[in-house]
Amino acid sequence: MNNKLKIADKIFDSRLFLGTGKFGDLIQMQQAITVSGSELVTVALRRVDVKQSKQQNIIHYLQETKVNLLPNTSGARTAEEAVMLAEMGREAMETNWVKLEIHPDPRYLMPDPIETLLAAEKLVKSGFVVLPYIHADPVLCKRLEEVGTAAVMPLAAPIGSNKGLRTIDFLEIIIEQCHVPVIVDAGLGAPSDAAKAMELGADAVLVNTAIAVANNPIEMALAFKEAVIAGRRAFESGVPQIRHYAEPSSPLDTFLF
Amino acid sequence: METFLSYFQKYNWDDIKFKINNISPDEVKRTLDKRKKSLEDFLFLLSPAAAVFLPEMANHSQLLTRQRFGKTIQLFAPLYLSNECQNICTYCGFSLDNKIKRKTLSNMELLLEAAELKSRGIDHVLLVSGEANHKVGVEYFLNAVRLLKPLFSNISLEVQPLDENEYQLLNEAGVHAILVYQETYHQEVYKQYHPKGKKSNFEYRLETPDRIGRSKMHKIGLGVLLGLEDWRVDSFFNALHLDYLQKKYWQTRYTVSFPRLRPAEGVIQPNYEITDKELLQLICAYRIWNPDLELSISTRESEVFRNYIIRFGVTSMSAASKTNPGGYVVDSQSLEQFEISDERSVADMITVIQNVGYEAVLKDWESIL
Repeated sequence: MNNKLKIADKIFDSRLFLGTGKFGDLIQMQQAITVSGSELVTVALRRVDVKQSKQQNIIHYLQETKVNLLPNTSGARTAEEAVMLAEMGREAMETNWVKLEIHPDPRYLMPDPIETLLAAEKLVKSGFVVLPYIHADPVLCKRLEEVGTAAVMPLAAPIGSNKGLRTIDFLEIIIEQCHVPVIVDAGLGAPSDAAKAMELGADAVLVNTAIAVANNPIEMALAFKEAVIAGRRAFESGVPQIRHYAEPSSPLDTFLF
Repeated sequence: METFLSYFQKYNWDDIKFKINNISPDEVKRTLDKRKKSLEDFLFLLSPAAAVFLPEMANHSQLLTRQRFGKTIQLFAPLYLSNECQNICTYCGFSLDNKIKRKTLSNMELLLEAAELKSRGIDHVLLVSGEANHKVGVEYFLNAVRLLKPLFSNISLEVQPLDENEYQLLNEAGVHAILVYQETYHQEVYKQYHPKGKKSNFEYRLETPDRIGRSKMHKIGLGVLLGLEDWRVDSFFNALHLDYLQKKYWQTRYTVSFPRLRPAEGVIQPNYEITDKELLQLICAYRIWNPDLELSISTRESEVFRNYIIRFGVTSMSAASKTNPGGYVVDSQSLEQFEISDERSVADMITVIQNVGYEAVLKDWESIL
């Protein structure tokens, strides 16, 4: 697999991105990140305390892994709040990358498409590399691409639900139509879901709950790593089309005609 | 304007009580097997009949909490601003008829108390007061929030019910959450426990979460004082209230607390006791009914119970609390609202939480939000 992933100015060997919430143990989180081979992990700015370097401070553990950090704006309910958070994150974490998350609904954390588009446009103009978390909405993806986001991050299922690729029909359209990388985010519950997303042609996947909440997060991180590699390899090798009629392995046509 | 009152009035206390007490184990079992739980399912899970399913409920509650919140517990501490109070509440140490020395923190005292909490690592703070609108009204709270905002990432308030415009001012000042407990949803019993003061107005209190919701506050905390009336019926009404609020103020998060009546100076003993096992059932019932609710346990509870409950549904805990104004450093002898049970330090609680495989989270909000 020589086909590397490029987002904005960065090249990635690994197509598995991780979330950092929900781990019961920050050392375990570190180990999971390391074995996953991930080169980009997202962290909620509201969890980061740059002023202190304490034992409970998540940022301290993340910095030790040397992985690229992708601050996210989770907690923001409006474009205005998301922009404020992103600007704070740029200063505090010295990166202009941001995962744009605006979910005014605190129950299912459904992203607000209108506010997300508004915030994305503003952030791109002020020099951010914007990766927006959104519904699997093909039109919204095109609109975001037009305002200059560096990727799109459509959800596979409600965040944290482990339900797998529930939005598959729309993800296929998005993958077909988008010029920017498509990162399937949220809802991937098992390594097979991640493999499937990669087989469809997703450029990367982002996983959190399925790893953090597993009985053995480190082994699960490894399983996702392998699944993503397998899925990508299959995609690049040309996954055979599903046929709705039988097709023999040795075609008869040359024999008959 | 439509408020919860019109929903509340459709229900009758005695009907609910009869229903809860006449649920069969089969009905509980069917509820446990359902994918999505309704408010009626919550009633089944609360019932005496559900007690035999407690191991199954605890397991279910644990899985749902881990999936939604991860293996984390948010730690916070209360900061008591004042024990001035114009209400008579027959169970509370701050009650007007309780002849005690009253204290309200000055700016300097507030900052000293805050500095002590910061030195312990506390970053989410809950400001608490009695109800004395002339001395400790919205201006006092706004001043306190302004002083504390640079120090804490997350400031919540548990004070007297206020008007909608006052909640708007607090929201603009950066308050994250307002906690206001109905104490009991039994209207007549409420009047007996709150014979005097503004708090005796049951309906004004009942409509308070609507006023908070309209102010677009990030979070609203509800609860009943466990011990005043039948906890099962009261908890059903509390859930009815939550159900209404979650649908109406859909951008707001909700948290439930479980204050059990604790001994305090000059107060009554609880009429309706809730055992540890029943409190566990109640917490699990909330979790199974509503996986997204934040559930909070205070230092009113014992070390043993708190150690246990970390893994079975709660999402936040207070630590090393003092329930008297100035209790941390300024005036440790002032009168407390109630006696706390778990006196372990913040550092000890972090270790206890880690020892069961969970992470103690001190910061989970950003003060600019």
